[in-house]
Amino acid sequence: MARKLPRKDVVIVGLGWTGAILAHELTDAGLDVVAIERGPWRDTATDFNIGYMPDELRYAVRRDLFLQPAQEAITMRNNVSETALPMRDYGSFLPGTGVGGAGVHWNGHTWRFDPADFQLKTHLTERYGAERIADLQVEDWGVTYDEMENAYDRFEYLCGISGKAGNLGGNIQDGGNPFEGARKREYPLPPMKMTYAPTLFAQAAKSLGLHPFPTPSANLSKPYVNPLGIGMGECTYCGFCERFGCANYSKSSAQTTILPVLMRKSNFEARCNSEVMQVNLDPSGKMAKSVTYVDSSGVEWEQPAEMVLLCAYGLHNARLMMLSNIGKIYDPQTGEGTVGRNYCYQTNAGMQLFFDDKNFNPFIAAGACGQTVDDFNGDHFDHGPVDFVGGAGINCIPTNGRPIGFRPVPPGTPRWGSEWKKATKDNYLKSFAFSSQGSSYAARGNYLDLDPTYKDRFGRPLLRMTFDFPDNDIRMSHWVSDRMEEIAKALNPKKYVSGKRNKSWNSVPYQSTHNTGGATMGANPKTSAVNKYLQSWDVPNVFVIGASAFQQNAGKNPTGTVGALAFHAADAIRNQYLRNPGAPLVQA
Amino acid sequence: MSTTMKPSLIAATVAALVISAGVARAVEQPFDQIQGGRYQAVLGDCAGCHTAPGGKPYAGGVALQTPFGTLVAPNITPDRETGIGAWSEEDFRRALKQGIGHGGERLYPAMPYPAYTKMTDSDVAALWAYFQTIEPVSNEVHSNQLPFPFNIRLLMAGWNWLNFTPGEFKADPNKSDQWNRGAYLVEGAGHCSVCHAPKSALGADKGAMTGTVLQGWFAPNITGNLHDGVGQWSVDDIVAYLKTGVGRGSVGSGPMREVIENSTSKMNDADLKAIAVYLKDLPGGEGKGPAPVAKDSPAMQTGARIYAVNCSACHNGDGSGQVNLFPKLAGNSVVQQGDPTSLIHVVLAGSQGAATDAQPTTPAMPSLAWRLTDQQVADVLTYIRNSWGNAAPPVAPDAVRKLRDSTKGGS
Repeated sequence: MARKLPRKDVVIVGLGWTGAILAHELTDAGLDVVAIERGPWRDTATDFNIGYMPDELRYAVRRDLFLQPAQEAITMRNNVSETALPMRDYGSFLPGTGVGGAGVHWNGHTWRFDPADFQLKTHLTERYGAERIADLQVEDWGVTYDEMENAYDRFEYLCGISGKAGNLGGNIQDGGNPFEGARKREYPLPPMKMTYAPTLFAQAAKSLGLHPFPTPSANLSKPYVNPLGIGMGECTYCGFCERFGCANYSKSSAQTTILPVLMRKSNFEARCNSEVMQVNLDPSGKMAKSVTYVDSSGVEWEQPAEMVLLCAYGLHNARLMMLSNIGKIYDPQTGEGTVGRNYCYQTNAGMQLFFDDKNFNPFIAAGACGQTVDDFNGDHFDHGPVDFVGGAGINCIPTNGRPIGFRPVPPGTPRWGSEWKKATKDNYLKSFAFSSQGSSYAARGNYLDLDPTYKDRFGRPLLRMTFDFPDNDIRMSHWVSDRMEEIAKALNPKKYVSGKRNKSWNSVPYQSTHNTGGATMGANPKTSAVNKYLQSWDVPNVFVIGASAFQQNAGKNPTGTVGALAFHAADAIRNQYLRNPGAPLVQA
Repeated sequence: MSTTMKPSLIAATVAALVISAGVARAVEQPFDQIQGGRYQAVLGDCAGCHTAPGGKPYAGGVALQTPFGTLVAPNITPDRETGIGAWSEEDFRRALKQGIGHGGERLYPAMPYPAYTKMTDSDVAALWAYFQTIEPVSNEVHSNQLPFPFNIRLLMAGWNWLNFTPGEFKADPNKSDQWNRGAYLVEGAGHCSVCHAPKSALGADKGAMTGTVLQGWFAPNITGNLHDGVGQWSVDDIVAYLKTGVGRGSVGSGPMREVIENSTSKMNDADLKAIAVYLKDLPGGEGKGPAPVAKDSPAMQTGARIYAVNCSACHNGDGSGQVNLFPKLAGNSVVQQGDPTSLIHVVLAGSQGAATDAQPTTPAMPSLAWRLTDQQVADVLTYIRNSWGNAAPPVAPDAVRKLRDSTKGGS
């Protein structure tokens, strides 16, 4: 029997990027907020100590900061004809845990999605006809890019993103991304200093008539003081971003941009090492009354609240809704139900280049220090002559030259022994890679639900992931790989190796922690779990905030859009919901 | 169930009665005087000692480690039994200005009455009025935990005879009003000398505020000395430091962190300016550093390598630091104090900056005790203290060892 605690105005599940933004905004509005986080408290000097933070074995190989399958596993299968089995280790994607969430150990690529991404169904239907997307389940998000522009801006200025605008108020800017949506002002900081490999990549891309530009980065090019008054440091290009916390206050995260202010507020409280079991609904099933959580001693608590915000990792948001009977779970046979619908991923492919006469010093790097070509992303080119929709950004972002993981050797090299050592020595300084990060468009058979067999340590059903790359996305990725080959040839390497994306999705090798959908946003409650303000259609005092809201994933990293959605939802709660709490902001 | 309920019900009723009594008394006091008294409590940083971390305001409980033993700051809420609710205003004034308590007992000068004696009667009256309005808290505190013979309060009569000059602040007619206001604040309510002046064998202030060691930190020279005092700091630098916790590339930490958070960040700008003007005018030695340690000495050579690996990522290769975040080491007077205790402390135990509304970042230096030997800490500090134009005596490994032993298990 759970022990009942005094009521709060707001309970937030998960204290990562979205939880921290919502907590800051709603405490500013005067509400009494508690965030419940299943992982530990994490602080820069203590937990990302400069003395041991660059421990590749501990953090990159053993993945010290990540969610472990013993805490929560996921079962996977490629299609409904298979029986899903638990992933015994996270591999293809690595969800975070702890304060700051996956925002602690990200690389820092901070994008805006295209205007067309938010209205994809409408856009593609108008341009190419409904027939072209008949085998997909793409949807509109219920918001437009213009409605999101201010929220993007706020997230970028919160973080101190380093980049170059390509479209200021409709005027295309030299050196930026000419394909991006219009932004009202420049990035808060100039681009990072460019290392050698991306510089060569950009030259080659330009020679082909493409439009390379510096990748927008949450590794800071200069010292920065954000709008909350919090200071951040200049990046040292140490090459320990992804899978690591930043020791230098140089990578944007909840820790470096929000928590110092948030933790001083008397109307905020964070409870760590406490895992939320479920959201409890009142007898009508239409209002949330509390959450139940278990602390690190195994004691169960009930935290009543006027509002519940699900701010966990997107996959876990969807699962918590399912475990709490919020909304109806999606059924791929009937197409009914919305929770778990439109799970999408990322369709990536690689290109490795080997040179004889170059020295790239790969250890001088940062997670988002590089160059991007966006010419083949989204709908930036005419898809009339091709047999797919969507596209990919081509990114040359050498994130690190770390001693264990970064061992580029040509195909055919033995996996160990003296020949491998020699090949490592010959190629370590003389190789670099670039890759395509492709869109992942929703398909009827790709979805999330609860596993009928496997349970977690508390006896709750695991999340079941049913996913394979849609044929459309594979055709897209192959086409973009051909474009990458053209860039590779222009770079004139001794050798290049194209790593193409093929079916089926394999959960073992790392690919991307960009899992999207499952609690998607939209204007139609039959095809979305939350409305355009991230409010549950079914339980209006529950908001679900994160990449779970994406109707499909673009060929871009999701965090910029996740952060923007957090500000977008916070505005709706502050300016609309609180005037009439408990009421739906959009009539179904 | 009912047996466990009863005492708490009674306690609640008693508390309610006491609160209403406090409120009834409060309304008789003029608002301006109470507000003025609240500000006096800020100036005097009463909360620094009398409010325990996480405890009720002014209910006591902070243990002060003195060279003579432990003293615990008492409850100064208007609770009749355990606080100062039974005191008269005259009792209060005598305690602040003469070091004599309600029952005639001698106070220990950990309560800085040798400084508070300089406060005007009207400021003390305002402070008294304010304390009448705060919530009475029942919290029994046993202040005197000193060993024999220091636990004999009457000894303080002799101490006072030797060390204590009672009497209000007297303005210097040759100085500006601003200077005099600064002097009044620094020497009176602010009681800066309690930490920043060297001490006699009896624990009394001895001479100018040229710095002294307490609680494992060296409270630095805050006279106008051009080398290791605040002589090179502008008035604005000092105001920024006291108001925000960050000034002239320094970030307030150690015991000063609490002073900034509780007291100086809440002072008004005119008072902060006055303090800065006064401090800069204080004589504090000739203002010249020693000759820097030779670049080719073994300590400097080794220190440079340790610095590059452990320190330069944040503080930069040239010691320039980063604005509002990582202290500037080059030209920093705090780095060049004659006594390196604070620097050793920060390297061994780490430290976190003060949090203020203007500077909320609270950057933290990680502990490096597990990573660097005594010799390495000494060498890197010798290097930092003698590079980029800095000059200060070299650091001995033995000093590191001693502080390492005394800071084990926490900062």
